[in-house]
Amino acid sequence: MANTATDQAFVEFERVQKSYDGEILVVKDLNLSMPKGEFLTMLGPSGSGKTTCLMMLAGFETATHGEIKLDGRPINNIPPHKRGIGMVFQNYALFPHMTVAENLSFPLEVRKVGKSEREEKIMRALGMVQMQDFAGRRPAQLSGGQQQRIALARALVFEPELVLMDEPLGALDKQLRETLQFEITRLAHDLGITTVYVTHDQTEALTMSDRVAVFDDGRIQQLAPPDQLYEEPENSFVAQFIGENNTLMGKISKITGDQCEVTLDDGEIIDAKPVNVTEVGQRTRVSIRPERVEMNKERLSPDAHTLKAEVLEFIYMGDIFRTRLRVAGNDDFVIKTRNAPDQVRLTPGTQIDIGWLPQDCRALDA
Amino acid sequence: MAEVMQAADGTPLKRSLARALRRQKMRALALIAPLLLFVLITFIVPIASMLFRSVENDIVANTLPYTVEALADWDATGTDLPPAPVYEAMFYDMFLASEAKRHTRLGTRLNYETTGMSSLFRQSGRNMDDIADLSYEPLEDLDDAWDDGETWYALFNTRGVSDTTLLDDQRKRVARLSGAAADAEINFAPDAEVSALLPLAAREYTAWAVFVATQNNRDPAERDPWESVAPALVTDLQRADLSGYVGPAADMLRAAQQANLPVPDFTQEFGAMDEDWASLEPWQTIQTHSGTYTSGYFLNAIDAQKTPDGVAWQPEEKQILLTLFGRTIWMSLLITFSCIALGYPIAWLLANLPMRQANVLLILVLLPFWTSLLVRTSAWKVMLQQQGVINDVLVWIGLVADDGRLIMINNQFGTIVAMTHILLPFMILPMYSVMQTIPPSYLRAAKSLGATNWTAFWRVYFPQSVPGIGAGSILVFILSIGYYITPEIVGGTKGVFISNRIAFHISSSLNWGLAAALGTILLAAVLVLYWAYDKIVGIDNVKLG
Repeated sequence: MANTATDQAFVEFERVQKSYDGEILVVKDLNLSMPKGEFLTMLGPSGSGKTTCLMMLAGFETATHGEIKLDGRPINNIPPHKRGIGMVFQNYALFPHMTVAENLSFPLEVRKVGKSEREEKIMRALGMVQMQDFAGRRPAQLSGGQQQRIALARALVFEPELVLMDEPLGALDKQLRETLQFEITRLAHDLGITTVYVTHDQTEALTMSDRVAVFDDGRIQQLAPPDQLYEEPENSFVAQFIGENNTLMGKISKITGDQCEVTLDDGEIIDAKPVNVTEVGQRTRVSIRPERVEMNKERLSPDAHTLKAEVLEFIYMGDIFRTRLRVAGNDDFVIKTRNAPDQVRLTPGTQIDIGWLPQDCRALDA
Repeated sequence: MAEVMQAADGTPLKRSLARALRRQKMRALALIAPLLLFVLITFIVPIASMLFRSVENDIVANTLPYTVEALADWDATGTDLPPAPVYEAMFYDMFLASEAKRHTRLGTRLNYETTGMSSLFRQSGRNMDDIADLSYEPLEDLDDAWDDGETWYALFNTRGVSDTTLLDDQRKRVARLSGAAADAEINFAPDAEVSALLPLAAREYTAWAVFVATQNNRDPAERDPWESVAPALVTDLQRADLSGYVGPAADMLRAAQQANLPVPDFTQEFGAMDEDWASLEPWQTIQTHSGTYTSGYFLNAIDAQKTPDGVAWQPEEKQILLTLFGRTIWMSLLITFSCIALGYPIAWLLANLPMRQANVLLILVLLPFWTSLLVRTSAWKVMLQQQGVINDVLVWIGLVADDGRLIMINNQFGTIVAMTHILLPFMILPMYSVMQTIPPSYLRAAKSLGATNWTAFWRVYFPQSVPGIGAGSILVFILSIGYYITPEIVGGTKGVFISNRIAFHISSSLNWGLAAALGTILLAAVLVLYWAYDKIVGIDNVKLG
């Protein structure tokens, strides 16, 4: 599932393991393959092994077992400075004793690029991030956002084919982060660079990436394009980690093809789509997105199961309404409705019926 | 014009702010006041007064006031001895000084400039009575009453109109000579008539009276004056017009004038006492160094001296201090560089090892701090001496022949080794604290950009560690330039510093003026180097953490 190896794979992890202390595996059996030009995000909670993977790719950590290949070549024994991989760090890592131009000139100087060519490349790289006017400044004289643009330009100036970014926007405020997210994706696509991006911010992952690898416990839990990841999570970790989710606990009572019936813990029966459950009687965690819950019975098929729900709280959020319900003994069942002219504003205490299309309700591992 | 910002009640905002902050400022000041006073009293004031000694020179003018005055017009560069009045003034100055036992101190002071002055003054002081007796004895032979203190007291004490100017002058003279106040009550005031008639004798008698009354707590009315009044009286009588005088001892004075008693020939008597007085040298020395302030100590500190012809180098065999200054600076630089070379890798390790190992290493670095400086230095003596541990080992493994043991102590090598060891922590700690603040991501970034380990270190890491090197170097250099105990113990004669010379002048030769001048130069040198460092590297680039 995590392995989509193809012949033209540019970056490849083959059964890679990593342990720091010889007792605990931080990365367990990682398999991953990326085609050229892809923007791949490694997403996961802290301690899930995503940064370790990035460091192994950059060459600052060595894999305990397995092989990492770049453009078909094993790179396990190539020191970092010979890998030709651009890297952007969370704290920017701009050299404080050099000006912006000197920072950008550094990778070109160590590659023995001639002076005039150097200047031309520096100006072009600064142009890409709209920072031409800041060439003579020192990093300390720049704001966080400006520093990160320079760090980006520095990672791109020697035209690497692969760029790694380690939570580059983590220290910036929300608005700046959104602007830079857009700029980074635009640059990556325009230049056709293969990018590996590490973050723990799921919104960032969903908006920027071609594919997202969700990490947990040293493994890739799911590797998929953002829409698929959100709408079709393959296990309950991914379902809960990505976006908001309602969960109900129950048991499979009937499976017919790609549809099943789940008996909830309080005895009610609902329709769901079996994802990684296989047999009747198995414990399951049912997951429904808040915006896919339907209050209007007419939109459901006549034989669809519905649940009784009591409104506990109504929150006005501007573009949407967020209503908290008690459903099958669960007090944290949330539904989201669009602020449309005909939308009802539910008052606490109201009893309603809710339901959903079977394919929106996924029966996952417990 | 910009409008002045105003507070809500209409007062200017600046004043209102200052008033609001005043309380805070006063409290802050009160908090630091104890330390400030402590530092001021125990550190700044003593050092300032010590440094002031490097230019202070009032001992000559205080001890020989009349001689200095009489010598002022004498041409020291000529070949003539000073005229007779100089010798006469010298007699009276020296007489009082020897009675006050201050002449030897002046001799010691002038001996710094010209060898032999000390013994010349010591011996001459003893002989002043003999010269005075040349007049005193004939006077006594003439009339026994001159041997009686009451006669003199009656003659000079006031009978109505007293000469207060003379009394005040002599009080000042005694006070300056003895260094103690001389303004106590005296049962004596010089009579104005007699002091006009017999000025020199009145002056010397008053000086004596002031001295016994204020310094010895005696009543001048009951004591016999010093013999120096006799030559003064005889000198006065040669030109005094006694015809109108009807006061006490009028007949005795007239008799003495008629007897035409001899005035000692001071020039000849001084020459007979010691032939040095008949040469130019002591007089040149006194005149050259008669100023209240002198540059003499500073000139001595750089191997030069003041002469009647201006500034000149010391004789070759006395030139040592410039060499010592040069050696001190050169060896301090060597020590600083050894500390950088040895300390940098350790500081790097400290900053990059995991916390637990780094702490162990840090304790090892700090260990020397916890043992006594003397013990550490003595340990180096045991290690480095010719029969010491290192030589024994070298001989044992056959690297060095038994009769060719290396000389590693009591020379510059010993001083550099021992001081590098002792000062190393002062280099390591600032470097460590600066290196700690350099995130490892800089090195990673440099490597990811294509730099080899060496390039990443040299172009990225090292420039950021320079502030630590700067701080450590300043500490080590300034500490070592004034180091005393280690060079003293392991330096022998070739490895001592200027501070050892300062200590010698403070405690052995007692030439505090020279010691203060050397100290001032050392302080100035440090400040100049500090300034140069600020110009070249920038003091903002110094970080202690």
